[in-house]
Amino acid sequence: MEPNLQLWLIPLLPLAGAAWNGIWGKRRSERAVAAVAVGVVALSFLWSVRAFFALSEAPHVETYSHWISAASFQVPFSFYLDPLSAVMALIVTGVGLLIHIYAAGYMQTEGGYYRFFCYMNLFLFFMLTLVLAGNYLLLFVGWEGVGLCSYLLIGFYFRRDDAADAGKKAFIVTRLGDLGFLIGLLLLYWTFHSLDFGRVMSAAAEFPVESESFGPLTIICLLLLVGAAGKSAQVPLYVWLPDAMLGPTPVSALIHAATMVTAGVYIIARSAPLYVHAPDAMLAVAVVGGVTAFYAATIGLAQNDIKRVLAYSTISQIGYMVMACGVAAFSAAVFHLMTHAFFKALLFLGAGSVMHALGGELDIRKMGGLRRYVPRTYWTFLIACLAIAALPPFSGFFSKDQILWQAYSSPFGGFAFWLVGVVTAGLTSFYMFRLLFLTFHGKPRWETGSPNTQHVAEHGHAGPVPHESPPLMTWPLIVLAILSLVGGWVALPFLWGGKDWSQFLEPAFRLAALPGEAAAHHEASTELVLMAISLLVSVTGIVLAYLFYLRRPEWAASASMRLRLLHTLLVNKYYVDEIYRALIVRPLVVGSSEFLWKGVDMFAIDGAVHQAARKTRGFGNTLRKMQSGNIRSYAAWVVLGAILLIGFLVVA
Amino acid sequence: MVPLSYYLILSAILFGLGVAGFLFKRNIITMFMSVELMLNAVNLTFVAFSYHLRQLDGQIFVFFVMVIAAAEAAVGLAIIIAVFRNRESLNADRMDLMKL
Repeated sequence: MEPNLQLWLIPLLPLAGAAWNGIWGKRRSERAVAAVAVGVVALSFLWSVRAFFALSEAPHVETYSHWISAASFQVPFSFYLDPLSAVMALIVTGVGLLIHIYAAGYMQTEGGYYRFFCYMNLFLFFMLTLVLAGNYLLLFVGWEGVGLCSYLLIGFYFRRDDAADAGKKAFIVTRLGDLGFLIGLLLLYWTFHSLDFGRVMSAAAEFPVESESFGPLTIICLLLLVGAAGKSAQVPLYVWLPDAMLGPTPVSALIHAATMVTAGVYIIARSAPLYVHAPDAMLAVAVVGGVTAFYAATIGLAQNDIKRVLAYSTISQIGYMVMACGVAAFSAAVFHLMTHAFFKALLFLGAGSVMHALGGELDIRKMGGLRRYVPRTYWTFLIACLAIAALPPFSGFFSKDQILWQAYSSPFGGFAFWLVGVVTAGLTSFYMFRLLFLTFHGKPRWETGSPNTQHVAEHGHAGPVPHESPPLMTWPLIVLAILSLVGGWVALPFLWGGKDWSQFLEPAFRLAALPGEAAAHHEASTELVLMAISLLVSVTGIVLAYLFYLRRPEWAASASMRLRLLHTLLVNKYYVDEIYRALIVRPLVVGSSEFLWKGVDMFAIDGAVHQAARKTRGFGNTLRKMQSGNIRSYAAWVVLGAILLIGFLVVA
Repeated sequence: MVPLSYYLILSAILFGLGVAGFLFKRNIITMFMSVELMLNAVNLTFVAFSYHLRQLDGQIFVFFVMVIAAAEAAVGLAIIIAVFRNRESLNADRMDLMKL
């Protein structure tokens, strides 16, 4: 008998916080609101830690009650704890806790304090439901719930039209993916007669590998991929994520970098036994991931909005994870998910700190030289950049190296995937250090004028010069910086008594191992060479960024002049938004307004009703002429009627 | 013996005259008399059939009709007098208060 871990406490604590702040928060002080919100997340985090250490070999399932019970269709409220969901719960609550603390400082001048924390706690509730759910349907509840919270938080500044529109865009675009996901669930039930993780996985492991044509597993996996692409902002459904940056910065850090957008990776990793039995779907996953990684990285090269660079970087990094899933490197994908959660949350929070210092400035062309004014932000940001650029011994190095090695050596992978990964790594380090140099180094390009005077008025503290953020905001940065540094060391076996990361996650992916598959033979020399190459590429990216944006800024200008076409293309994000607008949004709007609204609704439906009324009135107008008030005409009508009646009787 | 059809034809002619009188005359008294004419045309038919079929039902009906006609005449004439007192006229076409 296993101990009861009371897993329900982990998601329900944030829900209680959300309810408390949503109902009573408006009349409480900001301090009380923040205390409740941070407190419940902290408790939830502690409980996750407890659950993590109580983890045993087999998955721990807790069933609380029936949810849907209709003949053979049984869906209970059950939570499922295995290494994968335990790690996810730790990431969500841990990073979530740090971001909540940061937000307690960051949101002080923004208004809607209690509303913000209510939504944030609600988000954590849904996210934890998503990662801990014991069956696909409960997971889907969390999946939709985080979408809702994402919508609410992107549109947090609801008085701004662009923020409200961005929220709608995010909601609608992810809904496209969710449609695929839902159909996938129906097919899943149709195939396995269960939505329970344990049963589906063990049944899937019995399936033969589908080598040709579209078998049920391939279709299910492709549909789940559609859902994952929507939620995790993969090509072609990634367009909502850059716009989502209009939400408050802690939201970007928590939802649109560290947790929610990795739900797609989680669902693919969770369904690993399905995927490995459908090689076609695996190839699709790897291609989508690879394309997204490279493509988003190229857009990131030319963006000037600090949060948008980070947004494209997020898309690119999630593409990395998806590609890793596609080459069956599930544990490497989850590893990268974790390290990415640390350093990307740190980058976003650092960007928020920079914005705080400059009074809401987002354009990196108007920054520069901030290193001296915001030293803590600078150093932590530097660590995050080194981590994402995959330099040893920072965390990104270990996870990215695992992904690259498996992309090269896995039976699902190949040289092409490795190449895409390496090129993307180079691009990543280039644009991240471009961001770093433009923001913190060089000459100050910010003005001590308008934005800051307003800022001073809001804050009540003096000084037109940029200033470091309060400790409430810098401490989470420092903790995340430490995690970004050491987070990768879990992959080092000798620190942990010989049990490395993939061995730790192995129980979660045991069923995903194909029978008869030889253990990937480790050729140490090849791996070292590949590692050296990727390291070289990363360093080259950094050096190039240094030359272009710090040492010889005129090179950057002349390069963008010489490659003007490419540069324009990148600045305008390949015109994808415009293409979608022309190909999908515009025809939909025109079709809806011209055909559905004016044609069907106004002409056919309203027209039918109006014409029916008009004809009835015309008929009545004719008939009322009979009602002349003249007695003799009434008599004439009676006679006429009688004659007609008699005539009818006679003739018939 | 006079054949049944003769009675029926006479009855039809009388009824037709009644209808025509009701429709084309404007004086209420005349219209009233036309109604009496129609009633009696029907009475004639009843009697003729009763005789022809050797059944008394028709005769009984005639009595009913005559009783009703008498009652109607009493009420009708009272109404006509009331109308005349109000309107100083017996023209039916001018009694059109219910006109739209």
